Amino acid sequence: MIEVTNLTKQYGETLAVDNLTFTVRPGIVTGFLGPNGSGKSTTMRMILGLDSPTSGTATVNGLPLGEHGRPLTSLGFLLDAGAVHPTRSAHDHLRALALTNGLPTSRVDEVLDIVGLGEVGKRRSGGFSLGMGQRLGIAAALLGNPDVIMLDEPVNGLDPEGILWIRHLLQNLADEGRTVFVSSHLMSEMELMAEHFVIIGQGRLIKDISADELRAMAVGEKTQVRADQLDDLVGLMRGDGIEIVSGDRETVSVRGLTSGEIGRIAQTNNIALTSLIPEQRSLEDVFMSLTHDTVQYHGGSRMEAAA
Amino acid sequence: MTTTLTTNPSSPTTPNESSESIMTTTTLTAPAAATRTPKVPTIGVIKAEWLKFWSVRSTAVTLLAAGFATVAFGMIFSAVAESDEPAGPAALLSDPVDLALGGIGLSEMIIGVLGVMFVAGEYSTGLIRTAFAAVGKRGRVIRAKAAVLSASIFGVGLAAVTASVVLGQAVYAGSEATSAVTDVLDVIFGTTLYLVGIGLIGAALGFILRSTAGGIGTLVGGVFIGPNLLNLLPDSFTDVFMKYLPSEAGAAMMTQVSNPDLLSRGAAYAVFTAWVVGLLGVAGWLVKRRDA
Repeated sequence: MIEVTNLTKQYGETLAVDNLTFTVRPGIVTGFLGPNGSGKSTTMRMILGLDSPTSGTATVNGLPLGEHGRPLTSLGFLLDAGAVHPTRSAHDHLRALALTNGLPTSRVDEVLDIVGLGEVGKRRSGGFSLGMGQRLGIAAALLGNPDVIMLDEPVNGLDPEGILWIRHLLQNLADEGRTVFVSSHLMSEMELMAEHFVIIGQGRLIKDISADELRAMAVGEKTQVRADQLDDLVGLMRGDGIEIVSGDRETVSVRGLTSGEIGRIAQTNNIALTSLIPEQRSLEDVFMSLTHDTVQYHGGSRMEAAA
Repeated sequence: MTTTLTTNPSSPTTPNESSESIMTTTTLTAPAAATRTPKVPTIGVIKAEWLKFWSVRSTAVTLLAAGFATVAFGMIFSAVAESDEPAGPAALLSDPVDLALGGIGLSEMIIGVLGVMFVAGEYSTGLIRTAFAAVGKRGRVIRAKAAVLSASIFGVGLAAVTASVVLGQAVYAGSEATSAVTDVLDVIFGTTLYLVGIGLIGAALGFILRSTAGGIGTLVGGVFIGPNLLNLLPDSFTDVFMKYLPSEAGAAMMTQVSNPDLLSRGAAYAVFTAWVVGLLGVAGWLVKRRDA
């Protein structure tokens, strides 16, 4: 479990992290989402004890990480997959890390096999592709067989197969009862992976929300309706606060009534609905609208802002 | 905790299995679990730094190059001494042991740079953060790095310095000169310890400046070249302060010839140690209070 309480980090005039409070629970994958520069990495560095908070606390299983006897057995982390010496082999890199926490060398071979780098462990890590580098970083996170796993942007540079692999891996780790905390600035990467979301913008908490609740937010206010006697139905639906916009000749878009209410109106009046589609926004859309005000650098259009 | 990671993407656990594993791994969320984990012995951190030092080929090559330079230049200077037209540093030296250690001027620079790179290199890759977070206490990382550098430089340095003195005497071309064995041993140890100290000063600068370029620049400018510039100042000034600089204290540790411009051997050890310990102390203080 990771507990962040009133965590604040100020650099000069800038509040990188602003009074952040949330708990990352065991047994599920929690996504840590926010636009670039929203304070995700700073928060993670404070959880790791690398940056000291201006105020507030961050604990892992009840204690600051630095006070754990063997930190890697409590929390495994991936901060920056590029943090390797290019001429040192993956095996030596992990073995040095294992030695600091008194872990056996056999564990190095195990985690290399888990991430699929067993064959190339003796090669210089400088020759690794971006994806192999990410796998090496994840291997380091698994080294201490920790209760808590925290990964900063682990999906960066992975191909679709790699993304699928990491999704299964994280799900299995969570199913084993571990706490899994994964950051990303892309909702599209996270929505199939995480069961819970901590969403921040400009260092502030925007939402601490389950995936189900977030999906509920994605249900739009409008419903697309098609019916045999559409004009009659439109007449019956009219009312205060209800907005009906006709699309093509056979479709109207209704705001102010739920699809259930529209269905019942049609049923009572013996009108056959041919199509009734509640508008569904993508989670990406919901995320964008949640964080839009906090994005530091807007592009010229929404398309660019999403890139 | 005795559970091992069984996760394998190709065999996802069933819901039953996973709920069981949640129940059996009871230490997962208990705060007490953290306090129960025994501390890693310091030797583990030292072993890790030892592996990091020697698993990068350039490190080993650099250190061995420093050793080779010490011996090779020492032999060259010894061989050309008192020849018809002594040239270069050889002309300035007269003591056969000093002559045999003429290569130290180059190797001390190589070793200082190695010390900077061993530390600052980890700042440029970001590996230092991994080390700090994994070990928890930053002071232990600094001490382990210092221990590994000291042991490695001492081993290679002692061998190279001893070989220089022995081989230098063998090829010495100058007139007969005799040295007391104890004096020669003093010089061998003094020189080796000076090299160790220079490596540690390099490491301290790496921690303080967190940049390879900044560290090497400060080392070369401040320790190796700076004293030469001070020579341009009036003697009344340099006579008082020069001898307390690390390089000048080092010079007193590395010779059997008494020189009125230098500190006594004992005072030189004290002053040089103060420089090394002081800079490492500043490094430790900064590293602990700065964000990594």
